[in-house]
Amino acid sequence: MSPRRATSGGLIDRSRSIRFTFDGQEFTGHPGDTLASALLANGVTLLGRSFKYHRPRGVLAAGVDEPNALVTILRGEAREPNIQATMLEIYDGLKVVSQNRFPSLGMDVGAVNQLGGKVLGAGFYYKTFMGPVIGPLKGTRFWMFCEHFIRRAAGLGKAGTMADPSRYERMNAFCDVLVVGSGPAGLMAAKAAAESGQRVILAEQDARLGGSANWCDETIDGQPAGDWAAATVRELARMSNVRVLPRTSVWGYYDGNTIAALERVTDHKASPRRGEPRQRHWTIRVGKVVLATGAFERPLVFPGNDRPGVMLASAAERYAAEYGVLPGEKIAVLTNNDGAYRSALALREAGCHIVAIIDVRADISQPARATAVRTGAEILTGRAVTATEGGKKLHCIKVQAFDAATGQISGDPRSIDVDCLLMSGGWSPVINLASQAGAKAEWNERLQAFLPPKDADGWIGAGGFNGTFSLDAALSEGFAAGGGTDAGLLPATSSVDLDIAPAGVFEITGKGKAFVDFQHDVTSEDVRLAHREGFQSVEHLKRYTTLGMATDQGKTSNVPGLAIMANALGKQIPEVGTTRFRPPFAPVTIGALAAERYGEIRPERLTPMHDWHVENGATLYSAGLWHRPMIFGLPGETVEQAYVREARTTREAAGIADVSTLGKIAVQGPDAADFLDRVYTNMFSTLPVGKARYGLMLREDGLVLDDGTTWRLAEHDFLMTTTTANAGKVMQHLEYLLDVIWPDLKVTLTSVTDQWAGASIAGPRSRDILAACVTGTKVDNETLPFMGIVYGEIDGAPVMICRLSFSGELAYEVYSGAGHGTHVWEALIAAGKPFGLVPYGLEALGTMRIEKGHVTGAEIDGRVTARDLHLDWMLSKKKPFVGSMMMIREGLVAPDRLQLVGILSRDNIPLNGGAHIVEELDQDNPHGSIGHMTAACYSPVLGQYIGLALVKAGKSRHGQRAFISDPLRKRFGPIEIVSNHFYDPEGKRMHG
Amino acid sequence: MREYSAYTLLKNALSGNRDWKPAWRKPDPKPSYDVIVIGGGGHGVSTAYYLAKEHGVTNVAVLEKGYLGSGNVGRNTTAVRSNYLLPENHRFYEHSMDLWENLSYDLNYNVMFSQRGCLNLAHTPGQLDEYIRRGNALRHSGIDSELMSVAQIKKLVPALDTSGSARFPILGGVMQWSAGTARHDAVAWGYARGADRRGVDIIENCEVTGFLRDGDQVTGVTTSRGEIRAKKVAVAVAGSTGRVMKLAGIETMPIESQVLQAFVSESLKPILDTVLTFGMGHFYAAQSDKGGLVYGGALDGYNSYAQRGSLPLVEEVHSEMLALFPSFASLRVLRSWGGLCDMSMDGSPIITTGPLPGMYLNAGWCYGGFKATPASGWCFAWTIAKDEPHALNAPFTLDRFQRGILIDDKGQGATPNLH
Amino acid sequence: MIITCPFCGPRDSSEFVYREEGGRTRPDPASTDQAAWNAYVYERVNTAGDHEEIWQHSGGCRSHLRVLRNTVTHKILDVTLARETGKAEKPA
Repeated sequence: MSPRRATSGGLIDRSRSIRFTFDGQEFTGHPGDTLASALLANGVTLLGRSFKYHRPRGVLAAGVDEPNALVTILRGEAREPNIQATMLEIYDGLKVVSQNRFPSLGMDVGAVNQLGGKVLGAGFYYKTFMGPVIGPLKGTRFWMFCEHFIRRAAGLGKAGTMADPSRYERMNAFCDVLVVGSGPAGLMAAKAAAESGQRVILAEQDARLGGSANWCDETIDGQPAGDWAAATVRELARMSNVRVLPRTSVWGYYDGNTIAALERVTDHKASPRRGEPRQRHWTIRVGKVVLATGAFERPLVFPGNDRPGVMLASAAERYAAEYGVLPGEKIAVLTNNDGAYRSALALREAGCHIVAIIDVRADISQPARATAVRTGAEILTGRAVTATEGGKKLHCIKVQAFDAATGQISGDPRSIDVDCLLMSGGWSPVINLASQAGAKAEWNERLQAFLPPKDADGWIGAGGFNGTFSLDAALSEGFAAGGGTDAGLLPATSSVDLDIAPAGVFEITGKGKAFVDFQHDVTSEDVRLAHREGFQSVEHLKRYTTLGMATDQGKTSNVPGLAIMANALGKQIPEVGTTRFRPPFAPVTIGALAAERYGEIRPERLTPMHDWHVENGATLYSAGLWHRPMIFGLPGETVEQAYVREARTTREAAGIADVSTLGKIAVQGPDAADFLDRVYTNMFSTLPVGKARYGLMLREDGLVLDDGTTWRLAEHDFLMTTTTANAGKVMQHLEYLLDVIWPDLKVTLTSVTDQWAGASIAGPRSRDILAACVTGTKVDNETLPFMGIVYGEIDGAPVMICRLSFSGELAYEVYSGAGHGTHVWEALIAAGKPFGLVPYGLEALGTMRIEKGHVTGAEIDGRVTARDLHLDWMLSKKKPFVGSMMMIREGLVAPDRLQLVGILSRDNIPLNGGAHIVEELDQDNPHGSIGHMTAACYSPVLGQYIGLALVKAGKSRHGQRAFISDPLRKRFGPIEIVSNHFYDPEGKRMHG
Repeated sequence: MREYSAYTLLKNALSGNRDWKPAWRKPDPKPSYDVIVIGGGGHGVSTAYYLAKEHGVTNVAVLEKGYLGSGNVGRNTTAVRSNYLLPENHRFYEHSMDLWENLSYDLNYNVMFSQRGCLNLAHTPGQLDEYIRRGNALRHSGIDSELMSVAQIKKLVPALDTSGSARFPILGGVMQWSAGTARHDAVAWGYARGADRRGVDIIENCEVTGFLRDGDQVTGVTTSRGEIRAKKVAVAVAGSTGRVMKLAGIETMPIESQVLQAFVSESLKPILDTVLTFGMGHFYAAQSDKGGLVYGGALDGYNSYAQRGSLPLVEEVHSEMLALFPSFASLRVLRSWGGLCDMSMDGSPIITTGPLPGMYLNAGWCYGGFKATPASGWCFAWTIAKDEPHALNAPFTLDRFQRGILIDDKGQGATPNLH
Repeated sequence: MIITCPFCGPRDSSEFVYREEGGRTRPDPASTDQAAWNAYVYERVNTAGDHEEIWQHSGGCRSHLRVLRNTVTHKILDVTLARETGKAEKPA
């Protein structure tokens, strides 16, 4: 016989059917079913294969602790691997496939690994695959050869390569009380807190709230516990200060009581409503966290305990009570505690035949015996299961006498035919979140479990989490945790009087593999091998055997593993150590963590004239967050042809470029000039109003930070410009100095980068163009000399014009309010038309600055000094400035430092940034780099390929021949090192 | 007969795996040693190993506060590479690479060094030039590096978004094929076993609580397991350098301790066959042999001794991951953890004699210490044995900051959280 | 972590940037004491425990805050405006 659906019972909606497929085969289930319950209802017991030995596996648990039944969901071309069948609600059209098997789940060739037996014990791979020192498989090559096959055999589900089409959402929330877990303790806590007017969030990882109330046979307030839970949930949901979050797994407990949770919003829906995300990532800032997370039942470790049909007693109880599924026809129970008796009774009442209850204890309590009698089972105390039989499905167990005190097995095995074996090895409170919050677990001898500490900051526990398993006490703890004080308000209960405190039996040793960590195939022998080899601390045990490292994160294996190690060491369990849990409590979808940033990782920064550039044929590229025009190419032009044309036209007539991306900082206040003197290497207090000056800034350590022009708009009002890339960094640097170092200076800083649109208009005809369109001011050399500033209007829009030049031509920067940017730009374009004005992009801008030998971020790479860039003339000797003492350290004035030079291609082949420079060319074995190219272009004015470079003692090498050595691009050839000032070194053109 | 081999594996399997010896003994500390190495992490045990193997110094104790390998050697993302920009780093990390290549054989312990390459993706023309500069620098130091086109990258890592429509399209990448990954814990265990078999005492659960001094001279340590004297005391406690140096009366160091988080996904069939980095943020990923994607991002950015990260960084790292791999949105992160990084002021380490007589210091590994484990131990052992640095670690002095002879591969200056 | 900005109230740490270790002494701008400059730029106390540090509310009012924070527990013990706590980096 197989598991099947009972004719009645369960909380599923039997009036409706749901169709889904598993490995291509169609099945039906009901709303309220998980994949696990629906497959069991259909008699399917083989759901997966284990990691290492590819052993056939069924369902062990009923919730988030499931290690075996992992499947892959197919959603179109997107794949979701490693989903627990016990947590997956079925919906119409759900398509799932099993994983880690080839060619099929029933017939998996990987199962051959089981023949490896003891050779493949824990850590076997550390002891072999070491290659020889010589020969074709020398070094690590032999390992890599083996690794190729090992990697393909390992791994669980298969990830897809098509983008996940789902949408994920992020939500911030705040509350006074967050209750984690909606069992009786959690519900009571939420109710108490809500009724006292606190803002409450109640999070439950399962679809159905109520926790154990849904499957226990107890009553609260005179009604079945499940009904009380449902009524309480309805009541809470109606309250305006309560938010109830089902399907929400609280997975992270971060500093400052910041809690992370994952809500599965539409994973259970065949067709989500419009706008609903797949999942929602919650960040909840909480006053007090109530941890009512319950406890996990532990398996027992005995030979063959992984065979499909062996499951946790409480899981079987859940399948029967919640889903109306009978996990088997003839059931045996193996336990070390009284709790399993209740499970047995529940299954008996659901219609199963309980064949035997096998208790490792010689004596059992009266209530247990009474319960056992009601199940009609044969009661076998002082006995244990020492083997299971059946291929992919259990059909028989072997039972022998067992001494719980010594672990000794004796007598002949007795065979009992069963198709399902329930096991209970005691309970482990789910203390993961408390542990994340820093709580150190304490071993409780009576419960044979780690309990959370009593006192905690930020959270309070209730119910099974505290090791409190009676319904009465759980409600009472929940009530208190929620801030309830009047115990008279607690509902009355009737509950079964069974003590779940177990005997200290975790393992039954016998022949055959006995699994501790089911998913990773860690056996009790592996734990003992780790012990023999000295991997005895809890962390060594985990890392050496991989115990607890699987996707279930050791929820069922942690304590049994420690117990076996403790036994081997002859120590107590807590002496082996306790595991410190870290986030996440259960695996978290990566898309949810990215939420809105999935598909949109960073904002895009566009200049005010961006649309114009796009409409006028610009090719754009990224510069940090900005999109900037590279070229304004004409049809048929290559990039080089375009920028050469743009640069040439600019130098011969005029060109216009968008410089809105430059960082702009308003530096204002009575001490502004003093402040600038301190942060720039050169003087700004002497700058007259209405003039600009080029400035250089160093870091505190004396290396170059940034350069740019700063304009004195009024006595106490400066406009500083920075490079595009360093705008944020410079702002932060200045703010720090003002706020922290010199709070007495009366200066304010305001970033105005986005407030101004900037157009640089350059070339011999630029003045004529401005004269043609600027009103309200003259722009002649007298009114607007080099570095002068004037105010006027262009086509009705106010503008500020500064005459300064990056290109080396007569040039102006025209600033207008960002909202006028395109208007002014278009007016300039129109005015320039008769003079041959062209728009130019970054390539032409770069070409002209290379010709002039100006530096940018490619040269200012955080490792250069002012001297390296021949900017020592800007280092004032009259005043100290940031970095002035640090820049004179021996390493920063050494003669062989990299210095800025110009480079001429001597083979008339293009040069490239990133190429290195050598004195002797050796293409086969490049060596002897003396520096590298920082930028390169074809220079229209020089008619050749040129570039800038940083070269060791570069200044002394002017006129020397050397070679480009660029093995990555296979470009080698002769060059000449020259001054970085290629073009108009006296600056006649821009001063003209 | 080597202790570990396919033959001994088979032989032991036949006898029920009952005859394996502990990987290292668990000795009680002796009253004195020639050398004490404080810190049973990767660098500490490799130092002890090379002291014994290369210099015949075997009267050595490695003192570990917790369990062996409890620090960053077991908390990193396992990448091994030498693709630095500056020649001082080339020489040092390439020596490390040479040691890595034969490490499994040398230790008779499979550290699973897998030279599957490390690919730095570039997303702007300027960045590509910058990476090519670095690749060319490597080539001029005799280290492999090659440029990869988008088509080649797509073929190597099909899950990458190479469509060109990404927020930061991939323009190319620079690959170091000799780089790769290794099994981090195995490195600690393999060195520990190697040192142990040569007579070194590896003493766990032994916390150093103070230094014994004779004037300036360091003569030993006080520990939670008693006083231990030594002619030489070497400190290799990256992450806790500030804490330990304070015990010696040294109140300030050019180091900040910061926390770096790492993540591993659920186990998957092979989907990522190389080590990969994102250029427009701070993200790196590889896939372990067990199938988990192992990845991380930037530091949390503030001083911490807590081995615990913050949520904003978790979100940032995963956002960056999806910027490269949109198909990974439906995968799930399984574990996260934090490690303490000794962030130095120029992003490069310190391996030196001093700063006190009788003391030796190995520190400042930022978050690049794992790949350095062999060379760090090799150089530190040399420095301890000969009382002077080897040429390979001579640049990594403590006084280079004062002198301005910095080794600043990223050019960030004295801003430790940006290195 | 949640940092209580004196202007903006309690805000998530993601709005803030850690800038520098606090309590360091920046020499007077005119000082030529190289050792003091070196110490200011490169030396850190790097306390394991209560640690004085400068954070900037970069995603808010952009003020610099002097924060006393425990580097082991991440508990924040005190926050003041750097500007108001006077010249914290006292002249040498």
